[in-house]
Amino acid sequence: METKIVLEAKSIYKSFYDPVKKDVLKDISFSIQRGDFVSVMGRSGCGKSSLLYILSTMDTDYTGELFIDNELVTNQSDQELASLRNEKIGFVFQFHYLLHEFSVLKNVMLPGFKLNRLSQEELEHRAFELLRKLGIEHLSSKMAYQISGGEKQRVAIARAMINDPLLLMCDEPTGNLDNKNKEIVFDIFSELVHSFEKTLLVVTHDQNFADNTHRTIRMEDGRICD
Amino acid sequence: MKTRHILEIARALLMARAKQTLVAAIGVTFSVAFFISLLGFMEGLNSLLDGLVLNRTPHVRLYNDLQPSAIQPIDLDSTYKGYHRFVRSLKPSNSRKEIYNADRIIQKLNSDPKVFGVAPKVSAQVFYNLGNVELNGIIHGIDANEEARLFNFQNYVLDGYFMELETRPNTILLGSGVAKKILAKKGDLIQVTTIKGEKFALKVLGFFQSGMVEFDKTQSYVSLATCQKLLGVPNNYITDIQVKLVEMDQAPALAKEYEALFGINTEDIQTANAQFETGSSARTIISFSVGIVLLLVAGFGIYNILNMMIYEKMDTIAILKATGFSGSDVKKIFMTISLSIGLAGALAGALLGLFFSILIDNIPFDSMAVPGVDTYPVDYGLQYYTIAILFAVATTFLASWFPSQKASLVDPVEIIRGK
Repeated sequence: METKIVLEAKSIYKSFYDPVKKDVLKDISFSIQRGDFVSVMGRSGCGKSSLLYILSTMDTDYTGELFIDNELVTNQSDQELASLRNEKIGFVFQFHYLLHEFSVLKNVMLPGFKLNRLSQEELEHRAFELLRKLGIEHLSSKMAYQISGGEKQRVAIARAMINDPLLLMCDEPTGNLDNKNKEIVFDIFSELVHSFEKTLLVVTHDQNFADNTHRTIRMEDGRICD
Repeated sequence: MKTRHILEIARALLMARAKQTLVAAIGVTFSVAFFISLLGFMEGLNSLLDGLVLNRTPHVRLYNDLQPSAIQPIDLDSTYKGYHRFVRSLKPSNSRKEIYNADRIIQKLNSDPKVFGVAPKVSAQVFYNLGNVELNGIIHGIDANEEARLFNFQNYVLDGYFMELETRPNTILLGSGVAKKILAKKGDLIQVTTIKGEKFALKVLGFFQSGMVEFDKTQSYVSLATCQKLLGVPNNYITDIQVKLVEMDQAPALAKEYEALFGINTEDIQTANAQFETGSSARTIISFSVGIVLLLVAGFGIYNILNMMIYEKMDTIAILKATGFSGSDVKKIFMTISLSIGLAGALAGALLGLFFSILIDNIPFDSMAVPGVDTYPVDYGLQYYTIAILFAVATTFLASWFPSQKASLVDPVEIIRGK
């Protein structure tokens, strides 16, 4: 398989200034190839979440350079970053963050509304297919607050996949799931990498989870240590 | 981003806070309804009260004023041509009161397309006799047909058929105040004395009530011919020509034109009744201010509710942004929410306002001062509905601007990290 760099960070620094100056990220440089399944590990407060927010383009307050799909995204406007996130990055958060006002199916379709590449019917079909692959198609018409935690996480994964992104970023996706659901989520991730050739970047505390990924980036005190 | 999807998201957020949304919309509804009914009522009353005077006042009145001649003998003397000439203690000569060549002037006016109609009039000073007592009064000789067509004369006639003025000689429509004073009933014969001392007996045909008490205490109406007979003058004797124009606003200009054309004194309605204009416009300004304050209050209601909604929906905003919705998309969503509250509220308000107006229109209003009216007057002018709806939508738009701006600037990282 031809290797292609999906994400590249070049000497990224970030500091908090409130209440006193504290460097959270120091000289972070690494790259992720297409099809990689990468986990980021480290203790609480080591800066891994901060790193994820920068890589996801949501946080723009840093120095250094960030390339996504060989395109420099540092210093792009909010508008450009928003559409880049929409098109190329899928998100899964620890607390699933579904919108309670919508049904499961609508939740999955939301990023597709923004991208506006598929018609309503095609989008609905695609969303339903994703739910089916994740084994939760029977929930599609339920409201988001009516389903269990593990199911929510799977819906979140479906939502992250709806625009067929280059890169999936997950922040402690298994953080508050029981072992059974953890396994399900991990299996889904492996499947995404192997069958769909997605690239995954997962921030996690879970050693087991990290051990099963292709590559683990360990962080300590704002630096990458191996 | 398709509008349809923005609408769909906005709708879902609205439904999630249906009660608050309803309260905000009801705020708009009531302020629009009150705005419409208040202004409609005020304007109805205004036009009724103005109509009391304005409908009955000719737009241009042509008459011969009693005034000293503008050209005095000394002006004709060439010796003093270059001098300033002072003449004191001028008195008007006993010039004629009637309009010279009135028939021709009326013909000419009637052929003018700017003129809606012309009614001639003769006025005579009289005394109403009640035994020994003599009451001052003025009798107007009118052309009842034209008077009715142009100045709604029939609305002010109580208890009597005014057209009989024309068909039965020596009949009179007594002013209601006069009738009360001299205890006249319908069908009575009353005595009047002209200033020349001649006595006449006139049969009371009915009563006239203008709504202005002072006026009704002195004035009565007879036909042109009867009045001319009272004065002992021929039937081409006319003291006033009353002109009603197609466009009232042209009155001052046309009054000047006629003055020059006919060599006669004229008076336009705007000059004669300046105080009514002032009164109505002041009342209109007051009711507009009250109405607009109502709408502003509704705007603050929307501002509050939207602000609250944005605090509650921080997570939603953060997730929308994280999944690629831009600040302007978020702003559009919240503006849509606010505008739909405003628009729905305003439309419901317009209907409610119409309902209130109909309600007011059916409240009995029995006033001696205003004949021919038995319920409160309401103006159903479309302009109030348009203004109210436009202003309500504009207010909600402004009220939602800052909260929506705030929503668009929400930093998703802060919200997600904060969990």
